[in-house]
Amino acid sequence: MNTIKTTCPYCGVGCGIEATVEDSTTHRVTIKGDSTHPANFGKLCSKGATLGDTVSLENRLLYPSIHGQRVDWDSALNHVAARFNEIIEKHGPEAVAFYVSGQLLTEDYYVANKLMKGFIGTANIDTNSRLCMSSAVVGYKRAFGADTVPCNYEDLELAELILLVGSNAAWCHPIAFQRIRKAKENNPNLKVVVIDPRATASCDIADLHLPVKPGMDALLFNGILAHLQQNGRLDQAYIDDHTEGFAAAVSEAQHSAGSIEQVASACGLSSAAVGTLFDWFAHTEKTVTVYSQGINQSGSGSDKCNAIINCHLATGRIGKPGMGPFSFTGQPNAMGGREVGGLANTLAAHMDLDNPEHVDRVSRFWGSDKIADKQGLKAVAMFDAIAAGQIKAVWIMATNPVVSMPDADKVKHALQQCELVVVSDCIANTDTAQLAHVLLPATGWSEKDGTVTNLERRISRQRPLFPASGAARHDWWIISQVAQRMGFREAFNYASSADVFREHAALSAFENDTEHQLRDFNLSAFARIDQHDFDALQPVQWPVSAGHTAGTARMFADGQYFTANRKARFISITPRPPVNAPNADYPFTLNTGRLRDQWHTMTRTGLAAKLTAHRPEPFVEIHPTDAERLGLAARSLANIQSLWGNMLARVEINPGQQIGSLFVPMHWTGQTSSHGRMGAVVNPVVDPHSGQPESKQTPVHISTWPAQWYATILSRKPLHIEGAEYQVKVRGERYFRYELASTETGKDWRVWARSLLAAEEQHIDDNYWLEYSDQQAGYYRTAYLLDRELQACLFVGPNSELPEPGWLGSLFAKTELSRAERLSLLSGLPPKGETDIGRIVCSCFNVGEKSIKQAVQTQQLQSVADISACLNAGSGCGSCVAELKEFLPKPT
Amino acid sequence: MKLKLVVIGNGMAGMRTVDELIQTAPGRYDITVFGAEPHGNYNRIMLTPVLFGAKSIADIMIHDFDWYLNNRVTLYCGPDKAVVNIDRERRCVIAHDGTCAFYDKLLIATGSLPLMLDIPGRNVEGVLGFRDIADVETMIEKAASKRHAVILGGGLLGLEAANGLLKRGMQVSVVNRAGHLLNRQLDNKAAAFLQRQLADKGIQFYLGTTIQRIDSRDEHISAVELSDGSVLPADMLIMSTGIKPNISLAKRIGLECQHGIVVDDSMRTSDPAIFSVGECVQHRGELFGLVAPVYEQAKVCAQQLSGQTNSQFKTLSSATMLKVTGIDLFSVGDFEGDNECQTLQLIDHELGVYKKIVLRNNIVVGVILYGDTSDSAWYLNLVKDKTPITAIRDRLMFGQTSLANAA
Repeated sequence: MNTIKTTCPYCGVGCGIEATVEDSTTHRVTIKGDSTHPANFGKLCSKGATLGDTVSLENRLLYPSIHGQRVDWDSALNHVAARFNEIIEKHGPEAVAFYVSGQLLTEDYYVANKLMKGFIGTANIDTNSRLCMSSAVVGYKRAFGADTVPCNYEDLELAELILLVGSNAAWCHPIAFQRIRKAKENNPNLKVVVIDPRATASCDIADLHLPVKPGMDALLFNGILAHLQQNGRLDQAYIDDHTEGFAAAVSEAQHSAGSIEQVASACGLSSAAVGTLFDWFAHTEKTVTVYSQGINQSGSGSDKCNAIINCHLATGRIGKPGMGPFSFTGQPNAMGGREVGGLANTLAAHMDLDNPEHVDRVSRFWGSDKIADKQGLKAVAMFDAIAAGQIKAVWIMATNPVVSMPDADKVKHALQQCELVVVSDCIANTDTAQLAHVLLPATGWSEKDGTVTNLERRISRQRPLFPASGAARHDWWIISQVAQRMGFREAFNYASSADVFREHAALSAFENDTEHQLRDFNLSAFARIDQHDFDALQPVQWPVSAGHTAGTARMFADGQYFTANRKARFISITPRPPVNAPNADYPFTLNTGRLRDQWHTMTRTGLAAKLTAHRPEPFVEIHPTDAERLGLAARSLANIQSLWGNMLARVEINPGQQIGSLFVPMHWTGQTSSHGRMGAVVNPVVDPHSGQPESKQTPVHISTWPAQWYATILSRKPLHIEGAEYQVKVRGERYFRYELASTETGKDWRVWARSLLAAEEQHIDDNYWLEYSDQQAGYYRTAYLLDRELQACLFVGPNSELPEPGWLGSLFAKTELSRAERLSLLSGLPPKGETDIGRIVCSCFNVGEKSIKQAVQTQQLQSVADISACLNAGSGCGSCVAELKEFLPKPT
Repeated sequence: MKLKLVVIGNGMAGMRTVDELIQTAPGRYDITVFGAEPHGNYNRIMLTPVLFGAKSIADIMIHDFDWYLNNRVTLYCGPDKAVVNIDRERRCVIAHDGTCAFYDKLLIATGSLPLMLDIPGRNVEGVLGFRDIADVETMIEKAASKRHAVILGGGLLGLEAANGLLKRGMQVSVVNRAGHLLNRQLDNKAAAFLQRQLADKGIQFYLGTTIQRIDSRDEHISAVELSDGSVLPADMLIMSTGIKPNISLAKRIGLECQHGIVVDDSMRTSDPAIFSVGECVQHRGELFGLVAPVYEQAKVCAQQLSGQTNSQFKTLSSATMLKVTGIDLFSVGDFEGDNECQTLQLIDHELGVYKKIVLRNNIVVGVILYGDTSDSAWYLNLVKDKTPITAIRDRLMFGQTSLANAA
């Protein structure tokens, strides 16, 4: 057995992993946290901990194909190179584009960017990070002159006030959140404020939750700035010595947010709550403001970032332990992508397309005279250009824009009529891969070899656990091979990821000095790194240069920024509400976001049964008052309609939602659901500076979807189901679960079930089936057994109250059902003496709702610690702690 | 002076009334019981286990002779003591041998007789009913030496007899006029399950047919000819085509009778001094063949006799169980339903489980359980209590446990 240190491929926290390969041919691996990694010190969240369940060959893309025909690599690469060259020759370089991903390793990303900007000669390369943190990039660059995250995780532990703004870190960055929780336990003076329209799991540790009106964050931070000035809480010396633009910024702040009452009223908050926030901010030196997609995914996301940064600059709370404006990025290598210039508006090594000196420098370094010298199309504009036929060839790498983009149906149509769609991915069936003309199999997480950068600038190695599967190749190799075949042989003659990393490091160091212009991103220490040292690379925070060989924990300690005059810039912010306001036809504001146990479009987390149990279906959270007014029953299906598209989701009534606001998860795709793609609904509004979509505020209408029947199927084998408009597919342990519904009237269930579920024609015989019917009430249930082993079961009902799959699902682990189990099967409930654990709450230890309720009741448990002691729940990643509290007796 | 109570019929209904009466009004009556069989009171339902050897006659005695002595109940029993007349003027009961007993109150509990169809050739040895200890003793004796048994009638009693004789080593055929077994208790589907299970044990079935002639040799049955002309060898023919209330005595003395002796809600006949209980009575047009309502009649009758005149008999649903080893079967109420009824159904073919619940206005009016009767008591109560089931409808089929587990 072989233990390998690598890095988690999910969120931006970038946790270290120790993977022990049990069997390399069957991809069996044991995953645990790396106790020496500074991001997580051994902890892992539910997603990271179940990585071992996602590395099978199931649904892997293993061979290149053209128009659905399997081909060898030579043919595939030649075809892609020839077609790109052809289109470029005919229509110019602006007619092609790459759409890449924060899932790529830095080396992959570097090569893709180099090919497009350096050699094809256009900046039409953008990335799914556009959807995630491009506003944060603009915010940092405008303020600091460089895209520099000043802080680190340690600052969370040293802080005495942490603002979580537009961040449900408890679910989206669980291990960073656990560090805050722990810090709060260790330091009773640490206060946590959550600023978020909805009450999320992160509110669990909040001393104050401000349910701000959707999109009003900039005004709130302007209010802080104004308050600081009015109360003499500014660090005037810092402002004078290290910044510029303060007067204009504060004057605008005074104008838009000059009093607590004005702020409270505009933000829909109580004056007392706003007053408390202002007071705490004014009087707490060690303040960290963590902000994430709730800030970034906005038509004014960049301004919101700067409104936050302004407050830190005005108090000099930056570059010192325990303070700073801290952007939390979503993806494992969003930061690496920023470093190589993977965005359409950046160049490489934190240099800019708009800066002729930068363009010249990179051009000389790469030895290319074709380098792009103006910004390319950002994601939304890029797909618009594809739809308009201006872009005729697109290569999509490691991402699923048909699901994740706003106005996603338009993206789908754009790709459907695009001349050449190349997709490289490790997954075979994605909504995007289905539209590809050429499919190129890339290595997956467990096979990749290179580096990623986490959200505190820490570069870590991702190391291969297994050899590449099938014909899969590393992305950097695929891109280099196409580049070589396009005629750029020398510039892309890489033999290893270490080769690429070395060049990337050398570029970061190239003319990076006071003589030219100092840049923040500098890996000069690695410019000549050899394979051995690359393989042994320890997690390190950039810059890693002559003066900082062990890396750099914090930036701007000296108050020197990367602007021309080395001063930080205040940005004068005029707060703007979301571009599309709710109106009579679309009266609700739709918010979108992540779930605790899923990642992006579920192509990987969806393979782990443990992870699907927490929230198995697309849902929409709605405030009880709204639900009652609209007659939306819990668990019924609702249609959510915007001007751009619609989706269907299960109604979840949640008082944590504001009246007038809705929340849907972002994860469901056309592969896992028929109508669960939230991207179809989201408005394609973008921030004017960052191009980041306003994914959190779309005006929508919600109404009951008039389902005539609902059904649940559990099947040992995957099914192709026809005759149900609403479908969701969920991975279970040894079974697949399908949630179905339709607005059409019911059918002959017996005939339908047998033709759908029977593996062989003779199995439609009665002897293989259990049946329950209550025809007049609209119930039909059936189960299909072979040699007493459960193969499938179907439950149909007139309403959404169908059995939970907990106990039923567990029957698929048995080779033979007992008589008692058979007699109970179609009730969906276990026979006497057996227990149903209920909906999974703790994914780490598979602890269900019913077990928790029972333990709390029978053993008089009083605290989360009691529950953990009794059932282990909550003692793994800790992400479920907030939910566990809801099971405890309410204080009287 | 104590009142005199005379009971005609030493069976389960009459003696249950006596039992109840001794409990509620000890010492109120001098009690005299006449019985035509030479035994104490035994549990007729348990004749089936006696037939297949699981119990002895002694095992099924409810009241042995000592009991009558200890409780000062006078018992006249045996064929000589069969009651032949009642003098309502003199309030006197007269037995075959002339024994005579005066009464203040009289209870007629003469039960029922097997319906012996008038099939040509039937008056030979080896053709019998399945009603009393004598029948069972005959069957056991013949089974020891003979081979072929034919049962006419696929009802409860017929199938129990068939199973008993099969256990005693005979080759058994069941002939039934209806197309499915237990047609008074089961629907088609349940009957098919039952037939399959019994056929697997080795019983042969001839359904939708009847016996048109009985052949004999030396005054002993030798074969039966079915209505389709086919012939089955037969060393014994058990007639179990039903029962008829034994009302000849009541009719003769002029009590109001239709199919049975007509009684009111207080179990009184048209003569206020004469009560009647059991399978011989007709109450509000209904006859009785199961033990539960009969025991309820006995209770009401005993209360009336003890002076509690407000006690009234109401017909309650009663359930059927088949006493055949390895077969779990339960049936109650209106299991076919009508246009206003709704039906819930559960089938596990391989396991041999079939359950059906019939609802009318969200009340359970009929239940069939085949293959799993563990919740029969609960269903029976739902039927009796007319419990509205709307709230538990989707779990109703899965028994009481499912309600607890869903909570």
